[in-house]
Amino acid sequence: MTALAALFVRDIRIAVRVGGGAMIGVLFFLTIVALMPFAIGPDLALLQRIGPAILWIGALLASLLALDRLLTADLEDGSLDLLLMGGTPLELAVAAKALAHWLTTGLPLVIATPVFALFLNLDLTATAAVAGTLFVGTPALTFIGLIGAGLTVTLRRGGILLSVLVLPLAIPVLIFGVAASNAAIVGPLPFGTPFLILCALTLVSLVVGPFAAALALRQGQD
Amino acid sequence: MALIDLANPSRFLSFVDRVLPWLTGATALAFAVGLNQVYLAPDDYQQGATVKIMFIHVPSAWLAMFGWTVMSVAALGTLVWRHPLADVAAKAAAPIGAAFTLLCLITGSLWGRPMWGTYWVWDARLTSVFVLFLMYLGVIALWRTIEDPSRAARVAAILTLVGAINIPIIKYSVEFWNTLHQPASVMRLDGPTIHASILIPLLVMAAAFTLLFVTLHFAAMRNEILRRRVRTMQLMQAQAAPGS
Repeated sequence: MTALAALFVRDIRIAVRVGGGAMIGVLFFLTIVALMPFAIGPDLALLQRIGPAILWIGALLASLLALDRLLTADLEDGSLDLLLMGGTPLELAVAAKALAHWLTTGLPLVIATPVFALFLNLDLTATAAVAGTLFVGTPALTFIGLIGAGLTVTLRRGGILLSVLVLPLAIPVLIFGVAASNAAIVGPLPFGTPFLILCALTLVSLVVGPFAAALALRQGQD
Repeated sequence: MALIDLANPSRFLSFVDRVLPWLTGATALAFAVGLNQVYLAPDDYQQGATVKIMFIHVPSAWLAMFGWTVMSVAALGTLVWRHPLADVAAKAAAPIGAAFTLLCLITGSLWGRPMWGTYWVWDARLTSVFVLFLMYLGVIALWRTIEDPSRAARVAAILTLVGAINIPIIKYSVEFWNTLHQPASVMRLDGPTIHASILIPLLVMAAAFTLLFVTLHFAAMRNEILRRRVRTMQLMQAQAAPGS
């Protein structure tokens, strides 16, 4: 087993075991979705109309909440230093970590989406559209967040700063995710246009994220 | 004096001391000429005197983007060449750029009130300037969180460059989002293309604002260098103190 695969498996194991907190993001997501009707009112027609936006905001905040854990635990137990000094390219190592992170925090959000969509009175097409866009879009959120995590990992109270840094960068993902969902439900745009741009954003973040995060980790050392 | 000599902070300080009075004078002169021309410029036949807000608004918007460009170039200097002045330049540019971005937003909303009947619309351009302002605040927050200046410089440089990649993406996506939600944009500044009687004062004001930016930037860089010297001296003093 190569070092990268070992790192990947280790991260997934840590996340799914006790104390890993892989499901906390889904719980948070559920809380946001459940709070919305209390703020907006139980008007099912209105909830149906803004449902995709609520689900996207919920998923965005939930994945933002989990970002804090992406590198901090490794810094605390010293394994981040091993990664920095090890022979494996740091870019690939952080990419493997981010992938594992997405599998344990991002993918559960996507899987939970069809259930939460019931609360918001979304029909089958809308549910599929939101789940599909989240499936493509949440990796972008994780990999953009990886940059923020790399920048703030050594800071005290880095968590709040992380949100401030990452949110402006995540705006395009949110825009095209919600636009593609709405395009599938009501039009007038074809679903493909915003969806393909969303795919492009994800691919760009897959490239830029690990490099920027690795650079930040190297430069951020004392 | 070659440009490379300026890398030495002491040389840079003496250079700034020599240049700054001239820059200040040039800025004041440019503003005097520009404001006079703005005063003499005719009112717009539709917008009346409120069109004069444009002479502050447009140069501010230009400097909002110029500020991030300066920071990006300085960030490259920090990361690639480890230029000692680059981190100082990047740090000094952030609050100035943020201030001009805020000025652009404020004058824009003051102009929007009589023109569109509201202080704020989620117009594509307004929104992307607003996001730019948020990014400035993020960079400043990052600068203020890390104590060690040179580490702060490198970390902020990475964020600046990532932001520089992101600004065109944000601009494009906000325009996409805006046309999706508002078929007819509120922002209608057409009518006659800009007449020379308006254009020339605008260009003079843009030059004056740019001079102001350069002046403030040089002064802020000087202050930052002095502040770092004070910090180093305090550290040395604390180390030398008896009983430590």
